[in-house]
Amino acid sequence: MRLPLLAAVVAVAILLVAPFYFYSVTLMTIMCFVVFACSFNLLLGYSGLLCFGHAMFFGGAAYITGHLLKTTPMSLELAILCGGIFSGLLGLLIGVLSIRRQGIQFAMITLAFSQFVYFIFLQSSFTGGEDGMQAIPRNALFGLFDVSDNAVFYYVVLAVTLVCVFVYYRIVHSPYGEVLKAVRDNQPRVESLGFNPERVKLLAFVLSATMAGIAGGMKATVYQFATLTDASWPISAEVILMTLLGGLGTLTGPIFGAGIIIMLNDYLAGFGEWALISQGVILLVVIVFFRRGFVGEFDALTRYLRGRRAEAAVTKPENSVQAL
Amino acid sequence: MATIAAVAPPGANSAADITDKALVGEGLTKVFGGFAAVKDVNLSVRRGSIHALIGPNGAGKTTCFNLLTKTLTPTRGRILLDGEDISRMRTSDVARRGLVRSFQISAIFPHLTVLENVRVALQSSFGTGYQFWRSLRAVAPLNQRAEELLEQVGIQDNRDSPAAALSYGKKRALEIATTLALEPRVMLLDEPTAGMGHEDIEPITELIKRVAVGRTVLLVEHNLSVVSTLCDRITVLQHGEVLAEGSYQEVSNDQRVVEAYMGGIDE
Repeated sequence: MRLPLLAAVVAVAILLVAPFYFYSVTLMTIMCFVVFACSFNLLLGYSGLLCFGHAMFFGGAAYITGHLLKTTPMSLELAILCGGIFSGLLGLLIGVLSIRRQGIQFAMITLAFSQFVYFIFLQSSFTGGEDGMQAIPRNALFGLFDVSDNAVFYYVVLAVTLVCVFVYYRIVHSPYGEVLKAVRDNQPRVESLGFNPERVKLLAFVLSATMAGIAGGMKATVYQFATLTDASWPISAEVILMTLLGGLGTLTGPIFGAGIIIMLNDYLAGFGEWALISQGVILLVVIVFFRRGFVGEFDALTRYLRGRRAEAAVTKPENSVQAL
Repeated sequence: MATIAAVAPPGANSAADITDKALVGEGLTKVFGGFAAVKDVNLSVRRGSIHALIGPNGAGKTTCFNLLTKTLTPTRGRILLDGEDISRMRTSDVARRGLVRSFQISAIFPHLTVLENVRVALQSSFGTGYQFWRSLRAVAPLNQRAEELLEQVGIQDNRDSPAAALSYGKKRALEIATTLALEPRVMLLDEPTAGMGHEDIEPITELIKRVAVGRTVLLVEHNLSVVSTLCDRITVLQHGEVLAEGSYQEVSNDQRVVEAYMGGIDE
């Protein structure tokens, strides 16, 4: 138990000084996608639900947060929270309509809904259509603190991300999380134990949508604009890639997955389409050779090494006994 | 036994009936696209007994079992649990009323630890199942009961290993511990020894006998030697209908049963 805590403390310490060494906007982008990927892992990794339209929660909340900041004097953190609540309600609506379906049917229904939501945003006037929503102001935090400078805003994003990751950790390691994992492993059995598995999954869907919304709202305030891209299906696909790459159903997998993909995109941006091609190749390699993802494979390796060491410790005395 | 009788709803048809019969199927019929897999089956399981449902392949055992466990809804007929009509209830509601089933393929949660498997079941009545904001300390009070249940089925040493790592026989034991966590009055077991090697069958039979004390058990089973050592009463199905009912002695001497099994899958 000590080691993960130590790792978390070191990670936070690194993040605190990171903007002095790296471009803060890239770091903030990574953090937005870390929250987004964590929300997605909550669904696919811990409930076994493949939502193929998670971008609607991300992009939708970006518009709502942006709109609130542009048209009202609402403070920054409330606007992001409202974005999350909007996505949570959208998730409740879509979840009620689709949660009974399983597997590929569920994926297709969520994809259809997300396309529907996408076209609503395309046609609406408040979103700016194809042009996107521009010049979103960063209203004062708590109505008091000016955060328009990126050097300062970085710490706001860091704080929100840490809270979200903690909430994600709490959900996974809660009494509910235990039931949720049981539903993922064997739904009929959970039902035979007196639970309503559909309600368990619906709650996961709403929680995940809310967290995806927070991520989207945060991204709108980082870039100070929101575009249709945020709500489009390639974003839904990208978050799947991040989660798979990091390690499905591992706690820290999506954090690494999001970091790796955003950095790759960043470094390969100059090569145009090569960025996409390399993503495709990476996904293929991961699915074929490293099915457990980055964190999953790392865990398996450490467990293997520890197992061998334990084995060596056990067999040695036995051998010496035999020798006697 | 007296306490259970007191719990049974008063004022239904006849008091003796209710206290005596834990689970009743009345005129159960299930039709699949014109084919009646189960036809007008009347079945009553006496409280406190171990009751077996047997029959040659395709006799409708599994369909009948699935009707009683609420996995399927009957086309016609009713199912009464302690006199209460449960024909239209969901599996989860029936489970909360004390009728819990097990599955043929060991129904465990492979990625949870052995203790967690049982704790999930205990959460069902503890009411923490939806509390996503609390830490696992909230369910720590359940650990002691979970450990007792693991001890009861003899797998307490595997407490912290992932359920997937258990041997086949221990998975079965874990499933029974999980079922017991709900304090079921009636347990429905679907081929508890299916796919088991010889060395595993005896301990599981012993285990079922041990946990059946004070409960009612209905099981579907192929292995007739298990049925003969375990069960008080046997219902034989053939072509979706009840062929015979009685003790093992009575049933095994019944000429129709012998004929039904001849050239069949008699073990």
